Amino acid sequence: MSGDMTHDEGHGSVAVEQEHGHGVVAENPFADPGLPEHQPRLTDIDEKVARKSERIVAGLFILSAIATIAFMVCYTEVPNNTATIVNFFPIGAISASNFALGLTLGVALFSMGAGAIYWARTLMTDVELPQERHLLESAPADKAAAAAEFQQGLEDSAWKQRPLIRRTLIGAMAVLPLPALWILRDLGPLPGTTQRQTAWTAGELIINDNSISLDGTQGSGIKPEDLQVGTLVSASPAAVLTAGDNAVDMMTMSAILLVRMNPADIKSQQEIDWGYEGIVAFSKICTHVGCPVQLYEQQTHHMLCPCHQSTFDLSDNGRVVFGPAARSLPQLPITVNADGYLVAKAGFDQPVGPSFWERG
Amino acid sequence: MSTSTSNEEIVPTTLGGKASDYLDQRLGIAGAAKKNLRKIFPDHWSFMLGEICLYSFIILLLSGIFLTLFFTPSMGEVTYNGSYTPLDGIKMSEAYASTLNISFDVRGGLLMRQIHHWAALVFVMGIMVHMLRIFFTGAFRKPRELNWLIGFTLFVLALLEGFAGYSLPDDLLSGTGLRIMQGIILSIPIVGTYLSYFFFGGLFPGHVLIPRLFTVHILLVPGIILALITAHLILVFYQKHTQWAGPGRTNENVVGLPLMPVYMAKAGGFFFVVFGFIALLGGLVSINPIWDYGPYVPTQITAGSQPDFYIGFFEGALRMMPNWEINAWGHTLSLNILIPAVVVPGILFTGLAVYPFFEAWVTGDKREHHILDRPRNMPTRTAIGVAGIVFYGIGWINGGNDLVATHFNLSVETITWVDRVLIFVGPVFAFWLTRRICFGLQRRDRDKVLHGRESGIITRSPEGQFSEIHTPLPQGDLHKLTAHDVHRPLTLTEVTDSNGVPAPKLRLAKLRARATRWYFGERVEKPTEEEYRHAVSSGHH
Amino acid sequence: MKSLSTRRRHPLAAFVVLALALAFAGTLFAAFLSPSSASADSGTSNAQAIANGKALYETSCSSCHGQNAEGSSYGPSLVGSGAAAVDFQVSTGRMPAQQPGAQIQKKAVLYTQEQIDEMAAYIDSLGGGPAVPDSSKYQVDDNLVQLGGVLFRTTCSQCHNFAGEGGALTDGKYAPSLTQTNPKAIYEAMLTGPQNMPNFPDSVISPMEKQAIISYIVTMRDEPNYGGAGLGRLGPTSEGLFIWTFGLIALLLFAVWIAAHTTKASAERVAKAKAATGAKGGKE
Repeated sequence: MSGDMTHDEGHGSVAVEQEHGHGVVAENPFADPGLPEHQPRLTDIDEKVARKSERIVAGLFILSAIATIAFMVCYTEVPNNTATIVNFFPIGAISASNFALGLTLGVALFSMGAGAIYWARTLMTDVELPQERHLLESAPADKAAAAAEFQQGLEDSAWKQRPLIRRTLIGAMAVLPLPALWILRDLGPLPGTTQRQTAWTAGELIINDNSISLDGTQGSGIKPEDLQVGTLVSASPAAVLTAGDNAVDMMTMSAILLVRMNPADIKSQQEIDWGYEGIVAFSKICTHVGCPVQLYEQQTHHMLCPCHQSTFDLSDNGRVVFGPAARSLPQLPITVNADGYLVAKAGFDQPVGPSFWERG
Repeated sequence: MSTSTSNEEIVPTTLGGKASDYLDQRLGIAGAAKKNLRKIFPDHWSFMLGEICLYSFIILLLSGIFLTLFFTPSMGEVTYNGSYTPLDGIKMSEAYASTLNISFDVRGGLLMRQIHHWAALVFVMGIMVHMLRIFFTGAFRKPRELNWLIGFTLFVLALLEGFAGYSLPDDLLSGTGLRIMQGIILSIPIVGTYLSYFFFGGLFPGHVLIPRLFTVHILLVPGIILALITAHLILVFYQKHTQWAGPGRTNENVVGLPLMPVYMAKAGGFFFVVFGFIALLGGLVSINPIWDYGPYVPTQITAGSQPDFYIGFFEGALRMMPNWEINAWGHTLSLNILIPAVVVPGILFTGLAVYPFFEAWVTGDKREHHILDRPRNMPTRTAIGVAGIVFYGIGWINGGNDLVATHFNLSVETITWVDRVLIFVGPVFAFWLTRRICFGLQRRDRDKVLHGRESGIITRSPEGQFSEIHTPLPQGDLHKLTAHDVHRPLTLTEVTDSNGVPAPKLRLAKLRARATRWYFGERVEKPTEEEYRHAVSSGHH
Repeated sequence: MKSLSTRRRHPLAAFVVLALALAFAGTLFAAFLSPSSASADSGTSNAQAIANGKALYETSCSSCHGQNAEGSSYGPSLVGSGAAAVDFQVSTGRMPAQQPGAQIQKKAVLYTQEQIDEMAAYIDSLGGGPAVPDSSKYQVDDNLVQLGGVLFRTTCSQCHNFAGEGGALTDGKYAPSLTQTNPKAIYEAMLTGPQNMPNFPDSVISPMEKQAIISYIVTMRDEPNYGGAGLGRLGPTSEGLFIWTFGLIALLLFAVWIAAHTTKASAERVAKAKAATGAKGGKE
């Protein structure tokens, strides 16, 4: 015998004969006593109370109708602009139009529902009725008949006698859905090496994000004397000013942050070398899942990402000191060009942003 | 007054009668109407939670259609010059500009947006509460396992639908969420970068994401949800609703009130009540004020970036995960992202989906069940559920750890570390505590059956002894408190055959035996009739 | 005597007398005893201001910042911090700090503006630094609100949140809420970078841009929550909390109302009704 299981129920509800002697109990004390007798509500026995219920239900329906009409009136009569405000405690100042429309619609719907429910609870029948369930499983005769029908159909198809048909059908059906995947190929380009590239190359001018005009085509560079120790500047490559439609995608990969520290506070010689007189540039894109890292604490030199609290130490090669990011923030080597503006000395030495399978 | 026999033609005289007859002559609906018009549904507030989901879905459809008439699903850049002055002259996507337009220049537009978003929150919240109710009362047992799977699928689809929906306006907050999603996709081994480029049409954010999300959000997913809801309701209708044990209620009947007129009024009324409540919220409580967030610019961000609540668990899991990453042979495996965003949710959701089958395997129970379990009578299942809630809840709370930090003057790092410990310790403790509480409640029920309810009346016997009078329970309550099954662990009958050869599938059988011992090893037996008679005859206290 | 009693005193007369007496006493106190009066009246010269400031500094600040503002282990050097930094720290009540640390809480302001100006003049005399901005620099300009919004979201919202409600930093520090901060303090904070906040000198954010940011902050905090109760302007977290508490409880209450057993008539009412129908039956 294989390791079989027995199931023991222990459900004691067998009828027992009545006990003799004192302390008599009806046979089977836990038996189902059946549906309790219906007890009437006041509305069932008192016509006056029932009529009051009727009036309440009617009142709710009338309230609903009034609110519905009020909604339509408010739609045209309450001006919908940012200046038309209604102010009431404790919510404060809110849009008058939104308030009026929401209140009227809400009351219209709610009182309709409340009326229907009150009607059901007080005036409709509340006699509990039983209804039989039928066992869901079909009768054995039906199951046999269904199986027989199926078998007959199978025989009529010559499926069993022609194995070649079966095999080739399965093969053809298996490949038939594949074109549905194939035609999705043009959803997007292949990644290639674009995930590794930014717009930063040697000599690229660094633009102060705050100086970028609203139309995105103008911006000014940054000179070292613009920054003091403790200054933070969000910056982009000058290429975004001429990138047109691609400006946003480019900014997303190439955004950087400049901070100025006292060189004595910088713990890594490479970081000092890649900076300029204590000004260092790091990628702004968190190496966790790509949010802009931007919370800079000038005394601790920590850069915090608000999405998942990854913390980078900008005085120590952008090393991760807390949080789920696994890689330090990449640093961009910078220097000063002939006109005295800060420019990139080279591109990034590694891909920026979130890790990916091919990153290595 | 004519009485018609079954074969006489009935000539309808009322308008309703004529209309029904017209349909019947073409569709033969009288049979279905005869069977179903007075269908019985049982009455309990916990049976109405699924309705909350259904009604909020209908509200989402209605308000959503309105929104599609005014929303432009395009990432093309425009300069805003509508009514909202703080953004006048600012460049933004057409999607964002059209959402501003709906909020400020279309009458009732802001109301519709808010109704839609509140309804979305109510929809997902309703699904969670309804699903928990089904779990704790064992309504997923045979014959309802299929419906559980349908419901589970609806849950997952609702999460996707909500995420896609609130990302459509292309505002700063939801755009940050899309960026995070892209980072997660990138971390998928082998195919990550390809999936990301196909999904976004290249680099992030690209120009095609919003239009694609729009198609997913208004066509694909709602279509599937609508079909699944229909199947879900048909099953409830056909298999009939479960009910609590009680007088007159058996596994072979349904006791309640008829569809027509009572449930038409109650369910219909509830629809209007839920709709009215959500409309009131839309008029009185602000939600998703995208004009305050500003348009999405990938280099901008706000402190306190959180997703809508139903994504909170994933957010918290991402925040608490240690920064493990494996770099080998020119490839990177980002465990810090895969574990919280893919592996753990995968395990959790799979466990949720297969639970009915697991429990059926443990109990060996192959009967149809239409009487619900009281949670206390299935202590291990209830404890598993509570442990799951605690696990999910800690992840969820950690998703807001920076807000918890600022509001309670704590440090984010401390909260993260506490949650890293609690997410393991908490569910274990909750499991243990819940089981103990269930056993305690079961013992109390047992006492109530045997000795009756405490009446609060103290008597003094002639000898001077004080005691409290217990009123015996009525028959209906005695039945209700003893109607449940007390499961016993399954026993392993044959381990080896007569020649000493171990049985096949032995390991699985042994595992099963251990599982049933875990489930039912400790249990509280129901009072037997002898015990009851003894308690009655020995005199009430 | 009768004429006096005909003019009965008004019941509130006592309170009026008391109020007048207090006002009189208060005026005397203010005129002769409050500490600022001495310098307020005298029309101080700059040298006088510096001297007063130095005196105030030595009393309240030197224990942490050093006898000559050179710094100590409890507080940084203030040489070169400038008048704007002093004005910000003291007029928001952050300084004198309760205890040294990375996060200095805002609390009650201990000095009058006069005294703050004097301390500022003293620190300025030690090593220069950013000056207190003149009021035209932080006036709200409605035309700059749009630009201010873009700048705010580029530079400020990552710490202070989209609505200026504040946000968490590392190790229990936080960026405070800006919803009650006065415009001058906002300007000075940007300029001087207090505590862990980075500084934004005029070469990085120009005075016009600072004014734009201030215009945006002030306009936004006065802006109504168009959609309804603002729930703290913290985003989806408070919305989720609201729906799971208020929303869920309301919906459950509706469900309980709908499905609950209706109140049954009491036994006496049933008996009464039976008697009434019985009587009616008898009548017929």
